Amino acid sequence: MPVRPLHASTERRLVTTRLHIDWTRCDGHGSCVELLPDQLGVDDFGFPVPRSGQRDPVVPRRAEDAARHAVRNCPVMALRMYDAAS
Amino acid sequence: MTTAPSALARRLLDGAGADHEAHVARYGALPGLRLDDLLAAVADSGLTGRGGGGFPAATKVRAVAQGARRPVVVGNGIEGEPLSSKDAVLLNRNPHLVLDGLEVLARALHAKRAILAVGPEIEPGPVTDAARRRPVHLVALAGGFVAGQETALVNGLNGQAPLPRDPFTRVTESGVDDRPTLVLNVETLAQIALVARYGATWFRSAGLPDDPGTSLFTISGSVSRPGVIEAERGARLSDALAPARPVRPAAVLVGGYHGAWVPASDLGARLTRAELAPYSASVGTGILHVLDTETCPLDLSADVMDYLARQSARQCGPCLNGLPRMASDLHRLAVGVRDPDLPNELERMAALVTGRGACAHPDGSARFVASTLRVFRGHVAAHLEGRCPSARSTRARSVAS
Ligand code: SF4
Ligand code: SF4
Repeated sequence: MPVRPLHASTERRLVTTRLHIDWTRCDGHGSCVELLPDQLGVDDFGFPVPRSGQRDPVVPRRAEDAARHAVRNCPVMALRMYDAAS
Repeated sequence: MTTAPSALARRLLDGAGADHEAHVARYGALPGLRLDDLLAAVADSGLTGRGGGGFPAATKVRAVAQGARRPVVVGNGIEGEPLSSKDAVLLNRNPHLVLDGLEVLARALHAKRAILAVGPEIEPGPVTDAARRRPVHLVALAGGFVAGQETALVNGLNGQAPLPRDPFTRVTESGVDDRPTLVLNVETLAQIALVARYGATWFRSAGLPDDPGTSLFTISGSVSRPGVIEAERGARLSDALAPARPVRPAAVLVGGYHGAWVPASDLGARLTRAELAPYSASVGTGILHVLDTETCPLDLSADVMDYLARQSARQCGPCLNGLPRMASDLHRLAVGVRDPDLPNELERMAALVTGRGACAHPDGSARFVASTLRVFRGHVAAHLEGRCPSARSTRARSVAS
């Protein structure tokens, strides 16, 4: 098989953006759930639940802006985004 | 192939107490090793952490070795698990071996400080005497079930409340005094002291090729001789339990309150990752608690879950709310409330809290609940019909009659 050079889209896939919740801070305010309805649900007690079941859920590219918004809007600064090797 | 491991081994427990000369006479002088040599020996030995997580010890050492700043090395002797006393026994009988592990690592890593942190369960005499002339700071901290979680220990050593913190920043990057911090269980340190002296090949002469060495186990519950033993890794559960003489065992809780049950019919299972996986159990901190055939397992499990809910550091919403919910549902099941949704509801809640806390407490508690429902399935069904098969159950029968 010929070796194909990496182009931009392939390169991007080597890194995934994830959302981290600091559970010691989160007080179940819920604005992140509204901003990221496809990524986060809400549990019996009003706290966010990653729908994927992942500890730090992957943020797909199309949701990155909403996620940035959620990080800025969390009243207790419990959220952060980070890039990790996928 | 090594021969199949039998039960008893004598590497850690025949120490010389606080007497350093006797210790050196028994084990030989502690060699000074360069980091590369120590890392190679620990990696080749296959030693895994004996504090619960079971990760390769070498991986953790390597993580702090890469830091830009000189690290801090911490021996974790908090032992907050009520069913565990192996760290207390080790620090009582063989404190110098633990201190050797700290010292050999601290020297190889050019550590800024070496600290031995002990909880209230540790008898202070021998370890204090032993630490006096060694380059190690001995620090006594408050106990509690989650106080031994790595980040709680680091917070405690930094003079803050000994509660777990958000694990986003690993303690291997920033821990005690914001320095890269290596936290290892005291038994892991004692094992490193042996590997540093005798090498990886010697270490591997006990245990299995993919799970070598020995481990300490604390045996309690329905046994005539409770206590701490040392056994080869990969011993059969029945062989490890034999010296304690189990009495009418119905099941064994492997790994403590964050662990899982193995039914008495399966005591031929080896204490390895692979053979314990079907039960979602792991050796963990080496707790083996025997349940007898007369005690109602749901009664006992409900009491354990009560305890776990009370031990939540009450920082994280899912843990703070979900654990008491599981405790109360398990109690309802134990006393014979005939609500057929209870098992499903418990399973749902166990899945819901998993992975949603700053420390491993919700995950461990959920594992225990899920295991209780699975292993005592027949018992659960009987309770839902209003009866309890256990002779000594007071609750289900009185409610049902
Ligand atoms: S916005 Fe912040 S505090 Fe509110 S639920 Fe989300 S993470 Fe928790
Ligand atoms: S998960 Fe539970 S025990 Fe752990 S820090 Fe959060 S509240 Fe405390």
